[in-house]
Amino acid sequence: MRLYEYMGKDLFRTYGIPVPQGVVATSPAAAELAGMKPPVVLKAQILSGKRGKGGGILFAATPQEIKVAAERLFTAPINGYSVNRVLIEERLDIARELYLAITVNRSLQAPVILASAQGGMDIEEVPAEAILTRPLEVAIGLPSYVAREVASFLALPSDLRPEFAALLQNLYRLFREKDAELVEINPLVITAAGQLVAADAKVIIDDDALFRHPELVRVEEVSEAEAKARQYDLAYVELDGNIGVLANGAGITMATLDTLQYYGGRARNFLDIGGGASVEKVAAALEIIFASRPKALFINIFGGITRCDDVATALVEVKKRHGLPVPVVIRMVGTNEEEGVRILRANGLEAYTRMEEAAQKVVEIAESAA
Amino acid sequence: MAIIIDNDTTVLVQGITGYQGRFHTEQMLKYGTRVVAGTSPGKGGQEVAGVPVYDTVREAAQRHRPVASILFVPAQLGKEAALEALEAGIKLLVIISEHIPLHDSLEIMSFARARGAMVLGPNTFGVISSGRSKIGIMPNQFFQPGPVGVVSRSGTLGYEIVGAMRAAGLGTSTVVGMGGDRVVGLNFMDILREFEQDPETEAIVLIGEIGGTAEEEAAAFIKEKVSKPVVAYIAGASAPPGKRMGHAGAIIERGRGTYAAKVAALRAAGVKVAELPQEVPSLLKKVLR
Repeated sequence: MRLYEYMGKDLFRTYGIPVPQGVVATSPAAAELAGMKPPVVLKAQILSGKRGKGGGILFAATPQEIKVAAERLFTAPINGYSVNRVLIEERLDIARELYLAITVNRSLQAPVILASAQGGMDIEEVPAEAILTRPLEVAIGLPSYVAREVASFLALPSDLRPEFAALLQNLYRLFREKDAELVEINPLVITAAGQLVAADAKVIIDDDALFRHPELVRVEEVSEAEAKARQYDLAYVELDGNIGVLANGAGITMATLDTLQYYGGRARNFLDIGGGASVEKVAAALEIIFASRPKALFINIFGGITRCDDVATALVEVKKRHGLPVPVVIRMVGTNEEEGVRILRANGLEAYTRMEEAAQKVVEIAESAA
Repeated sequence: MAIIIDNDTTVLVQGITGYQGRFHTEQMLKYGTRVVAGTSPGKGGQEVAGVPVYDTVREAAQRHRPVASILFVPAQLGKEAALEALEAGIKLLVIISEHIPLHDSLEIMSFARARGAMVLGPNTFGVISSGRSKIGIMPNQFFQPGPVGVVSRSGTLGYEIVGAMRAAGLGTSTVVGMGGDRVVGLNFMDILREFEQDPETEAIVLIGEIGGTAEEEAAAFIKEKVSKPVVAYIAGASAPPGKRMGHAGAIIERGRGTYAAKVAALRAAGVKVAELPQEVPSLLKKVLR
């Protein structure tokens, strides 16, 4: 779950990481009345990258300009996101911009600090040799000698180093205590007055750990269908093709999408019912897919924990209840295959055993319907 | 020989009295696995399919000396169960549970390294040395002995390809599930190294997916250290960037871990890459001769 910048900064504040003075406004009128003294910066609170380039960050030198800027931000969507909140902050007098982040390195199975003296720009554009990558051992944490290593790499003035060490250690504490996948400060500003300030905050919390963080406000930016899928613990992603897909297992669902593409088709969605799905769960999955109005549906089941007869029963139930709005091509093998096929046949449905054969068939149907 | 597990590997089942634990204990026993004990807090003294149940791993370990443990515990309790097993001296941990918090996985891996233990998963289907023993949840009927070692990030896709191989008359030495999570224990390189040394494995199948850089690292390793032929299939050719495709691992971020990059790296290392899962058996037949 990615947090809005203002939420990330609230966390920073709680953890003693300095952030600019600011207020959140929910309307242009509120922005005007927020009492922030110009010069200020107004930042649209959306979860999109490249916010500056999209016109989501505006500067204002007078109260009148604050009003105009706020109206602009609230009126038009930015990078396709509508704006419900604007963060208004004091404008910093910037001497240097650094990059600082903590995330998880998969290969090392460990947290890693990323730091660069070239902050403020997209870290993608910073050459690799200008980025320090310092792995951490969770059993040890982030001792001050690691902070000193990072400070040296960034060539920080010696009077700033104790402050920097405290900031980095606090950032690590936040990363661990809040189950973050990523905490990123870009830029970490050194002001003309020689102070460290986190000018931005990007915090992503591990979805699998949300159960132990009731204190965190939930950020939901998903479609209705995705919300329903989540409720049934289905992995669902909307795509832009016209063939609905239902499969069991993330890897095979991906391979199903790839196979459709190989034969010239395009999937309307990714939907993984997971292992051991019940009849109700499969029925909910079918409803979600049908609601997205595909031209055809491809069901690809390789039964292991998931039983073919359960999937067949769910399909037949949905058929009886609402009818099947589009042609359905089924491939079904594995656990309780014969029983599954028998249930389908008794209800006028056929199943393939070979995935590529079934994929070609459904691509053909979708094409002729398009 | 096979790798990682063999006929004599003794196995503990953590969470043995739950629905999944019970079912898969029976399935493992049927396949020939030496399941020696199980644990379930508060259920000590019971039996599941003739296997004695204990309250703690320590107790079970003292009496039965299991080498390996398989975890069927809810994600929220996964870390504790894993640490309990590692502290009691378990040397191979197979974590079936999915949705274990990332930071819990980090702590599990850190402690496993300190204890010199191997971890498969989280979110793995386990490991099976065909015709001998399995520690996992894979359907028994697809795994027949043969000369091909298989390592897969994903479960059902692994079954699909092993099933296609079996239909083509190709059996497997050992099939290993690495797990679909972002942070997992054994990686492709650890398993490739074992297959390279295993006299029963003549060819290797690597089943990867988009996201991360594990396949690229595997390619570099194959180029340097693997003399046996390798066939690969990578899922996610059609996936759009920035969307997470079910597995926590399967997301293309910051332009890294794309399908094209993985395939190019593998091909440069001499790996035959199948475009469809069903092409794997025919590519294998070419390299096996």
